[in-house]
Amino acid sequence: MKSLEDLARLREEVRERIKVREGAKAVRITVGMGTCGIAAGARDVMAALLDELAKRGLTDVTVTQTGCAGLCEYEPLVEVARPGQPKVTYSYVTPEKIRQIVAQHVVNGQIIGEWVLAAR
Amino acid sequence: MLYRAHVLVCNGTNCSLKASPEIQKEFSRLLPEYGLDKEVKVVETGCFGLCEYGPTVVVFPDGTFYSGVKVSDVREIVSEHLYKGRVVKRLLYQVPPAAKPVQVYPEVDYFRHQVRVVLRNCGFIDPESIEEYIARGGYQALGKALTAMTPAQVVEEIKASGLRGRGGAGFPTGLKWQFAARADGSGPKYVVCNADEGEPGTFKDRLILEGDPHAVLEGMALAGYAVGAHQGYVYIRGEYVLSIERLERAIAQAREMGLLGKNILGSGFDFDVEIRLGAGAYVCGEETALFESLEGGRGEPRIKPPYPTDAGLFGRPTVINNVETLANVPVIIERGASWFRTLGTQKTPGTKVFTLTGDIVNAGLIEVPMGITLREIIYNIGGGIPNGRQFKLAQTGGTSGGVIPPELLDVPMDYDSLAAHGSALGSGALLIIDDSHCIVDVAKSFSFFFLHESCGKCTPCREGTLQLHRIMERISRGEATRTDLENMKALAQAMYVAPLCPLGQTAPLPLMSTFRWFESEYLAHVVGKTCPAGVCPVDGTAARAAAGCAAREV
Ligand SMILES: Cc1cc2nc3c(=O)[nH]c(=O)nc-3n(C[C@H](O)[C@H](O)[C@H](O)COP(=O)(O)O)c2cc1C
Repeated sequence: MKSLEDLARLREEVRERIKVREGAKAVRITVGMGTCGIAAGARDVMAALLDELAKRGLTDVTVTQTGCAGLCEYEPLVEVARPGQPKVTYSYVTPEKIRQIVAQHVVNGQIIGEWVLAAR
Repeated sequence: MLYRAHVLVCNGTNCSLKASPEIQKEFSRLLPEYGLDKEVKVVETGCFGLCEYGPTVVVFPDGTFYSGVKVSDVREIVSEHLYKGRVVKRLLYQVPPAAKPVQVYPEVDYFRHQVRVVLRNCGFIDPESIEEYIARGGYQALGKALTAMTPAQVVEEIKASGLRGRGGAGFPTGLKWQFAARADGSGPKYVVCNADEGEPGTFKDRLILEGDPHAVLEGMALAGYAVGAHQGYVYIRGEYVLSIERLERAIAQAREMGLLGKNILGSGFDFDVEIRLGAGAYVCGEETALFESLEGGRGEPRIKPPYPTDAGLFGRPTVINNVETLANVPVIIERGASWFRTLGTQKTPGTKVFTLTGDIVNAGLIEVPMGITLREIIYNIGGGIPNGRQFKLAQTGGTSGGVIPPELLDVPMDYDSLAAHGSALGSGALLIIDDSHCIVDVAKSFSFFFLHESCGKCTPCREGTLQLHRIMERISRGEATRTDLENMKALAQAMYVAPLCPLGQTAPLPLMSTFRWFESEYLAHVVGKTCPAGVCPVDGTAARAAAGCAAREV
């Protein structure tokens, strides 16, 4: 490194790598990963979700999992919590749907009504 | 690559003794099996602090805090928590004695009452990755100083912060730097980091170096810029294998990135650091004995003055600071002196790192604001005294420390308040002792320590520590008379002033301060020929047996 600018640039670059440890991001996405969720395809949803977030460079999003919510019938379930909006639970999520949820809901704040199971 | 979760495995020495490297390997082996290796990252960190319950594993982003993890537990964490999102409840850290599982680590009482400045990165970053240090703002302070501040401004900022040396004596760091900056500049000057850490019960410097080596290097470079030095040395005890390894790697990375070496960040300032190993003599932590040892000589103290800032290493002006002191420096430069002053007390701003050991529920590494009371540390952070015992005293470190009896539990812990009560803050040990221990037995272990560690250069210390220990042995065997006590006090008075260095000057302190607070227990041994705690061999047979050894001793 030759200058303070180089250092600042590197810092910006590597900062994303440890952001996961800093907690409390703007958006929180929770994927249901009970046995029921996994059987219904939640792993593929998770993979697609992470891929989509990475493609779009969305780092201010926390991705977590949860166990069975007792709504096995509706799995895979995905909950999206965005500041200033109700928490929305989507049901029967697929890899294709989760990519759209990222594009419309996470990025633009537009809830995709027809897939919503519940909003709190 | 973006990971949705990070698994932080503590690999501080205390945890790694309990198999944390194997735990990390097991994670790396099992994650691909579950197809999680592209989603979950395993990070090896330095000490997390709660050593008593290690190895610790923290899972982010949720911050789930697992303790006492075994290799055989890893599969469950991977399959349940990481794969299915179900926290493994049985491995959650349980707050003793309430046995309430605590899930998220900022909520653990142990951490809630702490303020992490020096330990800001310990247990949070991979200490072997300079990128992670930089991601947390590392080397920004150095960059700021080199491009936007004059050396004198750096000295001023440190002076204004009120930072005092964390090696035990509490000398104002800014003043020390000012002396060195103004000293003869016709030849080289040096910066030395004192990582000898010989005080019994202290291991904070080791854990700082293991957990965040770059913070210390950055502090040294800032000191170098402030005083006009271009070479730094870390004098570290040879037993600190992991710290040495991490430091070596950190130095190599910093050189490669141009953050150490020639023309740092294009500023024209050169600074480099080398490591020198000590061989574990306590006196080598004393600054002038340290210089002797570093120069290749025998580790014996020099006569002062001249002080190190005029004639230190190789006879040249030298700044010598403790590891923890230096780790504070980058934060002060980055966030400013007035921010630093919001922590701690008026006369001792900032925080203090302690190693909490002995009869305490949560043994480990803690960082607290200066001015906190010992009661808060023991009962809020430390979880209290185990086994239904009572607190008897705390010892705050070898030469520079003191004794804190129950009467002083509510005295603010800073250099001046404790000194005003005849005690001392010390370098960072907090050895908690419960009422099952005998005060004479405890004091005798200190007198033996000083006898053992006296370097022998000056007579008052060489002979004085021997006589003090002999008197302590007689007391413990029930053979002492009141004359012995009078002699001990007279000898102590002489030793406060006569020895060459503070090792001898402070050797009587633990005896005199325990005597002051626990006189009746001493008298029980001397006059009543009993040991109230039932520890000392006060009866005749034991006395004869012990005397047989004592004749040959030393
Ligand atoms: C016997 C003896 C042992 C010492 N051991 C250490 C030590 O292990 N580490 C340390 O930082 N200071 C130790 N000191 C204090 C150093 O002499 C010196 O005051 C200190 O390194 C200055 O740094 P500071 O101002 O940052 O505290 C010791 C002093 C004595 C008398």
